[in-house]
Amino acid sequence: MSTVQLLIAGFGGQGVLFAGKFIAYKGLLENKEISWLPSYGPEMRGGTANCSVIVSDTPVGSPIVSTPDVLMVMNLPSLDKYEDAVVLGGKIFVDSTLIDRKVQRTDVDAFYIPATKLAKDAGIPTLANMIMVGKMIKETGIISFDEIEGALKKVVSAKRAELLDYNLKALETGFNYAD
Amino acid sequence: MVVFEKPKSLTDAPLHYCPGCTHGIIHRLVAEAIDDLGIEGKTIGVAPVGCAVMAYNYFACDMVEAAHGRAPAVATGLKRALPENIIFTYQGDGDLASIGMAETVHAATRNENITVIFVNNAIYGMTGGQMAPTSLPGQVTQTSPYGRDTNTVGFPIRVSEMLATLDGPEFIQRVAVNNVKNVLAAKKAIKKAFQNQVEGKGFSLIEVVSSCPTNWGMTPEKALEWIDEKMIPYYPLGVYKDRSAVKEEQK
Amino acid sequence: MAEKVLMKGNEAIAEAAIRAGCMHYFGYPITPQTEIAAYMAKRMPKIGGVFLQAESEIAAINMVYGVAGTGLRVMTSSSSPGISLKGEGISYLAGSDLPALIVNVQRGGPGLGGIQPSQSDYFQATRGGGHGDYRLIVMAPASVQEMADMTAKCFDLADKYRMPAMILADGTMGQMMEPVVLPEPTDYDKNKPWAVTGTKCERPHNIINSLYLQPDELEKTNFERFERYKQVEENETLYESFMMDDAEYCIAAFGIAARVAKNAIMAARAEGIKVGMIRPITLWPFPKKPFAEAADKVKAFISVELSMGQMIEDVQLATGCKKPVTLCNRTGGMIPSPEEVLAAIKSVAGGNK
Repeated sequence: MSTVQLLIAGFGGQGVLFAGKFIAYKGLLENKEISWLPSYGPEMRGGTANCSVIVSDTPVGSPIVSTPDVLMVMNLPSLDKYEDAVVLGGKIFVDSTLIDRKVQRTDVDAFYIPATKLAKDAGIPTLANMIMVGKMIKETGIISFDEIEGALKKVVSAKRAELLDYNLKALETGFNYAD
Repeated sequence: MVVFEKPKSLTDAPLHYCPGCTHGIIHRLVAEAIDDLGIEGKTIGVAPVGCAVMAYNYFACDMVEAAHGRAPAVATGLKRALPENIIFTYQGDGDLASIGMAETVHAATRNENITVIFVNNAIYGMTGGQMAPTSLPGQVTQTSPYGRDTNTVGFPIRVSEMLATLDGPEFIQRVAVNNVKNVLAAKKAIKKAFQNQVEGKGFSLIEVVSSCPTNWGMTPEKALEWIDEKMIPYYPLGVYKDRSAVKEEQK
Repeated sequence: MAEKVLMKGNEAIAEAAIRAGCMHYFGYPITPQTEIAAYMAKRMPKIGGVFLQAESEIAAINMVYGVAGTGLRVMTSSSSPGISLKGEGISYLAGSDLPALIVNVQRGGPGLGGIQPSQSDYFQATRGGGHGDYRLIVMAPASVQEMADMTAKCFDLADKYRMPAMILADGTMGQMMEPVVLPEPTDYDKNKPWAVTGTKCERPHNIINSLYLQPDELEKTNFERFERYKQVEENETLYESFMMDDAEYCIAAFGIAARVAKNAIMAARAEGIKVGMIRPITLWPFPKKPFAEAADKVKAFISVELSMGQMIEDVQLATGCKKPVTLCNRTGGMIPSPEEVLAAIKSVAGGNK
């Protein structure tokens, strides 16, 4: 695939924008063309948040992802809202701890990851987002899993180096998760 | 021997002000202060919108014409760009206390190191005598033809007293220019306001109670008397804030 | 080659401004341009510059006016409602022939409107926005890279022609991150004979002023100013021509609308419809010539805008209404999807077959 359009959506505070930023940085380090576009405004504070990420071998046209190739959702309203927008044959990643219904479409691939539970069990309760990302990388190849530390360093504050390890752990947990 | 001459900081342009107007005196006091401190070469003045709109032609230093009420913001920009220069604004009551009140209060509270000359003659002169934020209760103007009715348009604003409640400003004094004694006191105050800036002390505002014989509908002489009779009782003269003096006392 | 970094458009503007030598920033908080002020607040104190949060947009633009009078590079940024408040100061800058940069990261209007992206300040920007006879140089970035590059360019042009310049972006451009190569730090000529810097008692006083009570003088000044504007039109007009060589239909779009339109053009071409695009990069001066030339070649124009249709009037003027110009638009903070633009292309192409 030369262009992957990714939409990540959930509640504000779940690290939706952060997850997108990580993917964008990793893509940049792989010399891909990148765009990252957040929803913004009051909805970021506790409402729904989403971000469009495009990773491509050719220059990015519209940065707005309205028909995602890949959808990653971390709450039910987001699945309800975006399920129908996913392209034919696209992939949907669902945090099954927080969303108790299945994807209804049969023309897409659905992946269920109990990310919030896995995060809690692993002692990294705030990093369900990165567990989702790990699984998503595994199944889509949107970016390579090699040298992910370099991209993490770009998004994790240098002042909080311990977060780097937690994020790595989360990515690996997701990447190695098999249901 | 020369006993009296034009300050260097004034140009040769003839002033356009009405006969008996006190702007001429105040211009002179400002220019004398600049001359006395030897700062003409580094002073930049900001002219207002109002009667003094063409002050940029009268002061020999570099000058900027500001939009109505915005002189303290323009002066803020100038001072931040050129902290070594001396920046003053020259504003009337409509400019400073009505449309430009926000700029005035915030420049004061930031203690911007600038000098503000505030000419309060209780009327809009340039536009032909409308009610000002400082027009007195009952004062007849073109837009308060039955006298300022405090029930419908509220009370005059005492700018010096109000600004003195702020922690920010360095120096606030109200003076008048209606007799020799007051003019001499005004001269001293204006010079101090510039001196403060030279010493880096901060925001200094001199409110000059002034007259407008034309729009008050009085002879120049009667207008000067009216200052004593009506204006000064409402706007008492004096130092309202002098932070450095307070600090001195505390020592 | 310099390093590519990921940056938000708003941050790219701020950093590019600093690199262009702008050491003074004045602003007032408003969404969706806040990152510019936040960036300046963080950086300026560390490099000896000035960041000041003004009491209002009106105060901010007048602080800009003060610094501009000294000949130093200075900027402010805001979003639509705030730009209306700055209109007065912008008019004074133009009337006093002062260079400065104003950034408008547009949101939906009128009134308080919304906070989502919009292009509905096109009229305001290209017609000046404040009172009186004047123009602004208006540049419309369509990528984070252009946000950075145009910032540097605007400062140069503002200095060169002694007039204010505006970057007319939108919420998407401000908020999105893309890889960007930041321009190298540059210096500029601070020695401006007209500036107020203190006479040092060595020269007659300089006056920064827009008041001319004699109408003949004001007229003369305006004529002279418009001679300069004519030079800007001749020398500084910029646009991008995209797939226009064989185009039978021409899209007109700028900023985010042009990005969306590119997707639609690729999709239309895949279906055999020969469509291209002229993307104005300078909105003023407007690239009249390429539109006039296209009017002799294409069958129809489609103006794609995030407004009720504003640039469409300039397209009609530039093409002399030789060919039909239709509007494909969303407004109020909505963005047309590539599918909507494709449908508009098909509808026009179908109707012309």
